[in-house]
Amino acid sequence: MRELYGFPGGVHPPEHKTESSGRPIAPAPLPARLVVPLMQHIGNPAKPVVQPGQRVLKGELIGKADGYISASVHAPTSGRVLAVEPHPVPHPSGLPALCVVIEADGEERWVDKTPIEYLDRDPSEVRNRLRDMGLAGLGGAVFPTHVKLNPAPEPNIPLLVLNGCECEPWITCDDRLMQERAPSIVAGARIMRHLLGAREVIVAIEDNKPEAIAAMGEACRDTDFELVVVPTLYPSGSGKQLTQLLTGREVPSGGRSTDVGVQIFNVGTAHALDRAVHHGEPLISRVVTVTGNVRRPQNFEAPIGMPLAELVALAGSPREDTTGYIMGGPMMGFDLHTDRVPVVKAMNCVIARSHRLFPPAPPALPCIRCTRCAQVCPVRLQPQDLYWFARARDFGKAQEHYLFDCIECGCCAYVCPSHIPLVDYYRFAKSEIWAREREKKAADRARERHEFRLQRLEREKKERAEKLAQKAAASKATAAMPTPDADAKRAAIQAAIERARARQAGVEPRNVDDLPPDKLKEIQEIEARRAKLREAMQNPPENTP
Amino acid sequence: MSALALALGLALGYAAVRFHVESSPLVDKIDAILPQTQCGQCGYPGCRPYAEAIAKGEADINQCPPGGEEGIRRLAELLGVEPKPLNTAHGVEKPKSVAVIDENLCIGCTLCIQACPVDAIVGAAKQMHTVIASECTGCELCVAPCPVDCIHMVPIQEDITTWKWKYPVIPLKAA
Repeated sequence: MRELYGFPGGVHPPEHKTESSGRPIAPAPLPARLVVPLMQHIGNPAKPVVQPGQRVLKGELIGKADGYISASVHAPTSGRVLAVEPHPVPHPSGLPALCVVIEADGEERWVDKTPIEYLDRDPSEVRNRLRDMGLAGLGGAVFPTHVKLNPAPEPNIPLLVLNGCECEPWITCDDRLMQERAPSIVAGARIMRHLLGAREVIVAIEDNKPEAIAAMGEACRDTDFELVVVPTLYPSGSGKQLTQLLTGREVPSGGRSTDVGVQIFNVGTAHALDRAVHHGEPLISRVVTVTGNVRRPQNFEAPIGMPLAELVALAGSPREDTTGYIMGGPMMGFDLHTDRVPVVKAMNCVIARSHRLFPPAPPALPCIRCTRCAQVCPVRLQPQDLYWFARARDFGKAQEHYLFDCIECGCCAYVCPSHIPLVDYYRFAKSEIWAREREKKAADRARERHEFRLQRLEREKKERAEKLAQKAAASKATAAMPTPDADAKRAAIQAAIERARARQAGVEPRNVDDLPPDKLKEIQEIEARRAKLREAMQNPPENTP
Repeated sequence: MSALALALGLALGYAAVRFHVESSPLVDKIDAILPQTQCGQCGYPGCRPYAEAIAKGEADINQCPPGGEEGIRRLAELLGVEPKPLNTAHGVEKPKSVAVIDENLCIGCTLCIQACPVDAIVGAAKQMHTVIASECTGCELCVAPCPVDCIHMVPIQEDITTWKWKYPVIPLKAA
């Protein structure tokens, strides 16, 4: 039995797991139209590689990973590309993003599935294949999996942790996945261990999931994986907290769990990795918990790109008093602006919200500095101070107080007796600081370009001056030579003027062969007037004083 | 002792003249706060000349419209003076924009290329010009020289990558 170390703080929100955990994962029927966002992971958005009208097969590449921290996107079913256009996506901003819209043909024809022989391939090649398979962390953060499977920056990662804690209330997708597909998860974990070279593997599950614990225990029996049952306490499923819980080592400020030799993957990611490596299937579907104010809460294996409204309808449609949807859990999730958004790789749970289940927060009162937030903060920050600085827009001070170590778990806001939306303030402060850094970078580049331009202008000026000086020197040298007579020059100009005049006078009207006589007469009259004018100009009348 | 002091004093005096550094750290600090739009709205030909003028006490801190209230606040903090509202004689704070050339109208005169302080316009004589949006500072200096008025400023739209969490609004009354 492994000794557990615990982590500071944490809360026990009502679990609400049983609503959806009793029913098996149901495959969602194929929707007629799928909207697949190109930005479903942390990093650069994938670049679209399909054209409207093009036919695609199930699992065919439609968006290519752009750069190292990126992941590819694939067609969730066979059909025809209708458009590549901006479409509402699940994002706290509610802003649209570029998506590939696919009309399903219902045939579900696969591309050639080529499993990855990971054992005798170069690990770097395997990682590139995984990026092209579109793998990203399915716990909700969607960080590209191949990057996490690269032990390069921290060559010594002795411990691999499979995260089956699923500590957020309402969510049960990992629970059901562990119950139903434990062998696949273990197979995925083997691949991870091979790529990372980890000595130890731990499967961590919270003690409120006895069926999942039993199933995973069964699957791990022939392995040296260690199944660790951790006490139910939010946020034990957070990477840094789980690391501390299992090893007693605290992740340093600004660091990652790999800094203390631990790499953590969600169990869903291990399952997806098994599908990709052993079956050659890219990440085109995931298990989503649909719960809250719906008639029949359940987990569904939904294709990426499925409209949320259709997915929710599978769970017996939302009740009449539904006021909206939360993506993710109630602690860390965010409100969706519309149900027209598609299922994405990050969508582990959708909760239909109603005033009955989630009563609107009472108006926020002033902070009374009770420090309850500090007691529950799993990172041992001083949330009341951070709130103070963020509210006053004193971002420098907020950073000094380790704002960026905040994991936005929401424990502080959960216990706040004044109902202050603390995490909203931290998110505001963080995104302001990021925006400033972006601006600063842009300003630095502009300064550099401006200075370069000034330098270039200076150089060009100098070069011109040098050229001029050279020319002047050359003309000085030629000045000694005899120049053509000025009078001769003037005469040549005069001759040229005369020539031009003669040409002008000699102009005959053209295209006059088929004209009626009255028109011809008109032309002749005009020509006569012109000749007179010319004569007058050539012999100007003497000026009369 | 006094001879030693004299010798060291002379050495120091010599070093001060010999190793004199032209660039002033204060100018650098002010320049770091300025937005580097290089628009010249402050009355100086670029951000650095304005920074030098502020450092010398010739210019006030409220002459930079692109820097806005935030820029003034940070300058005031750096210089230890009271912030003041933006001097509207130099312009007003606008949302950040980029220049866009209507390529159907462009006659390829290169006047905008010569005006751009950050070389963000590509083109050549009698060839169509275009703006490199990612390098454009939104200074508007290219708009006036265009003889066919084919350049206009387009405010930058917020997208998912640049979106910011808003300042939490707390309702005064319970809903």
